[in-house]
This record gives sequence, structure tokens and C-alpha cells, in this order.
Amino acid sequence: MGSRYCDTEFIENSRFMCHIIGMYTQGLDSLGQDCAHRESPDMAALEGRFQARVDADEKIEPKDWMPDAYRQTLIRQISQHAHSEIVGMLPEGNWITRAPTLRRKAVLIAKVQDEGGHGMYLYSAAETLGISRVEMVQQLLAGTAKYSSIFNYPTLTWADVGAIGWLVDGAAIMNQIPICRCSYGPYARAMVRICKEESFHQRQGFEIMLTLARGTPEQRAMAQDALNRWWWPSIMMFGPNDAQSKHTAQSMRWKIKRFTNDELRQKFIDITVPQAEFLGLVVPDPDLRWDETAQHYRFGAIDWNEFQSVLKGNGPCNRERLEARCKAHEEGAWVREAAAAHARKRAAQREVA
Amino acid sequence: MEKDWPLFEVFIRSRSGLEHKHVGSLHAADAQMAVDHARDVYTRRQEGVSIWVVRSSDIVASDPGDADALFEPARDKVYRHPTFYEIPDEVKNL
Repeated sequence: MGSRYCDTEFIENSRFMCHIIGMYTQGLDSLGQDCAHRESPDMAALEGRFQARVDADEKIEPKDWMPDAYRQTLIRQISQHAHSEIVGMLPEGNWITRAPTLRRKAVLIAKVQDEGGHGMYLYSAAETLGISRVEMVQQLLAGTAKYSSIFNYPTLTWADVGAIGWLVDGAAIMNQIPICRCSYGPYARAMVRICKEESFHQRQGFEIMLTLARGTPEQRAMAQDALNRWWWPSIMMFGPNDAQSKHTAQSMRWKIKRFTNDELRQKFIDITVPQAEFLGLVVPDPDLRWDETAQHYRFGAIDWNEFQSVLKGNGPCNRERLEARCKAHEEGAWVREAAAAHARKRAAQREVA
Repeated sequence: MEKDWPLFEVFIRSRSGLEHKHVGSLHAADAQMAVDHARDVYTRRQEGVSIWVVRSSDIVASDPGDADALFEPARDKVYRHPTFYEIPDEVKNL
């Protein structure tokens, strides 16, 4: 593999990065083997051909040759994306039993179901790269895999469900639409499906915010409070500033990423601020102002210490979220065992028949 | 009597980036020959850039007779569609 693709994070993760030794194999058979960090002429030629295909906007498919670092970057990104969908069910699931009307409850259940389904699409896409589902789930439960930090914030009121749909799903959609054109076929196709299904998520969130904003003073205050708490975490969802983002340049070259973190963040702020104004709510940023020359909103400094702290596990709900996942996995063990037993029984019946 | 070769279902990816779509089936002595035959039978006019074959006997299908019971629950869930939500025209980009 080309040493130019090996940044420190990859080397740290070398347990997963080096399972492709044979050039065209993609199984798990060589998982854990040591990676040869050297560049042979063959490898350079393969990488050149690979990059030419990416440059020509061809899609890379599971059985195609790809640089190991490309594979590992995708495994990391897609599995974290999948974990985010799964953990993302928790903060909203928290309000299913307390949704204010039957309509809201049915909608919220449908939305949480979608998140679960999206997690499944993404795990499947990651599996085409040679990692197993069990391994990904283990990484999540062991706390070694990350998921979007936004889900480590609590949902304190019903308005939070509105704010999540409007802001968190809004930011997620902004991030995900360019991934529909990602160079890796299975990820791009999963994302097309996800974006299509998600189009209702943001609208239902905005509708909740609109209802509250048009309601009693208490309801308006609740909507404002939710915006106050979700605004900054939402704009942090786009990740570190470009200058601090160690993966951006390479991911752009590989067309895994089409826009930088800061470009997407700016786009999100530009379309979301007018929506907040329509709701009659105040974006909690005293430095926010419209820049007529640039035709963009200028915004205040982001507290990256908070971002790093939540990422490191010290957010308000990190522990609770992982505990909930671990509990669900453990308590679901009997279902998996029963399904396996049932399958064995059916197989035995077929043999007799 | 002579036995038929096994039946294979054929899936073609018509263009880079698109999913494989089922196009039909054919008989072949083994899977590799099924790919070769699929090229001749199903892609004579450049219909595709990639071929998948799967033994028909490996496909498990739902019973069309069960379609009502299977798919009826989704019928009344119109709220899974974005048009269910009324957003004022002045609000853009939602």
C-alpha cells in the first residue's frame, strides 16, 4: 500500500487496515495480518489506475481493486454512519411514549423505524468491504467505534424532538446528499435510498417547531429553549474546521467527500437561519449577521473544546447511550438464539421431508 | 432422459454506479458458464457493464398470495411521505 495514504490514525487502526494482502481478495481471511507499508511498482500502477477511475467519476464496486487506505477509510466512515443511525434512535425513542397526540406518536415511531432501517442499509454497505456485522457491533458496544456526537445530548422536552428533526436531520441531509455521488457504489446507492426516505424527517421536525412557535408563550419558550440547546451541537455535526480536518483532503481526492466541512456548515447556516426567523425564534449566536457582500451569514466561534470533550466520551449522555445499546444487545440475545434454534429445526424438518 | 443444466437468474448492471437488475434466467452447466452465457444472451447490445448470476434454486421468494397481508400495513402510513406535512410556502429549503 502507498505510504502516502498512511496517516497516524490509520496506523493506530492497523488491526483493521491490513486485511487485504492478496490484490483481488476481499474476504476476512487475512484479517489481522501485518500490513506491508511499502510501495512496489505494481502497487503504484494499480493506485494510478484506481485514481484515474475515480477521477473519471466511475463507481468503485466491492470486487474492484482499491487501495487499502480507501477501504479502511470507508469502513470507518460507513460503520460510524451506521452506528449513528442506531444510537440516534435512542434520544427520539425516549419520547415515543410521551408524544402529545396519536398522530405525533405514529410519526415518531415511523421516524425511529427509519433510523433503524438506515443503520441496516449502512451496515450492509460496510460489509461489502470485508468487515463483518458482528465485528462492527462489537466495536460500537466496546466503545472503540465512534458515532455522531450529537446523540450524546439529552432530549429534555417535546420541543427537542422538533429541534432534532429540523436541525439534526437537516444537518445530516446536508451531509448526506453529496454522499449520494460518492465514488463507492454500495455507499452511494444506500445513501440515495436514505436521503429519499429521510425527506419527511426534517419536515415533521419543522412542523413540530412551527406548532410550538404558534402556540402559547410557554410553548414558544420551549421551542426557543430547544433551539438554544441544539443549535451549536448541530453546526458541530459537520466536523472540525477544514484546517483541522485530517481526512478531508484525501477523502476529496477519492471522491468520498464532495464538499469540505466548512462549506457544508456554511450552506446549512445560510438556509437554516431564515427558517428560524420564520419561526420567530432567535439563533443563540450574538455574532450572527448577514454579510451582504459575501451573500453568507457570518457566525460566531464554535466551542471546539466542547466538541472534543463529547467526542472523548464526556458528553451528557455518552455513558447512558452505550449502556442502552449494550443492554438491548444482551437482552436481545435470547431472540437471536431462538431464531437460530428455529432455523435448525426447520432445516431438520426439510431433511426428513 | 437427459437432464437440464441448472437454472440461473441473471442480473445486469446497466451503467457504472447503478444497481444490478434482474433481466431473466438461463441454463448453464455451472456458474462461470452462466456468466459467459448471460453475456451472449442478455448483453448483445451493450446492455451492461457487469453481470451477476445466482442459482434459481437459491432464491427464496415471498408468496404473491400473501401480498395483501405482507404489504397492507404500509398502506395507511401516509406520514412516511414528506408531502404529508404542511410547510408554509415562505419557508425554503425544507
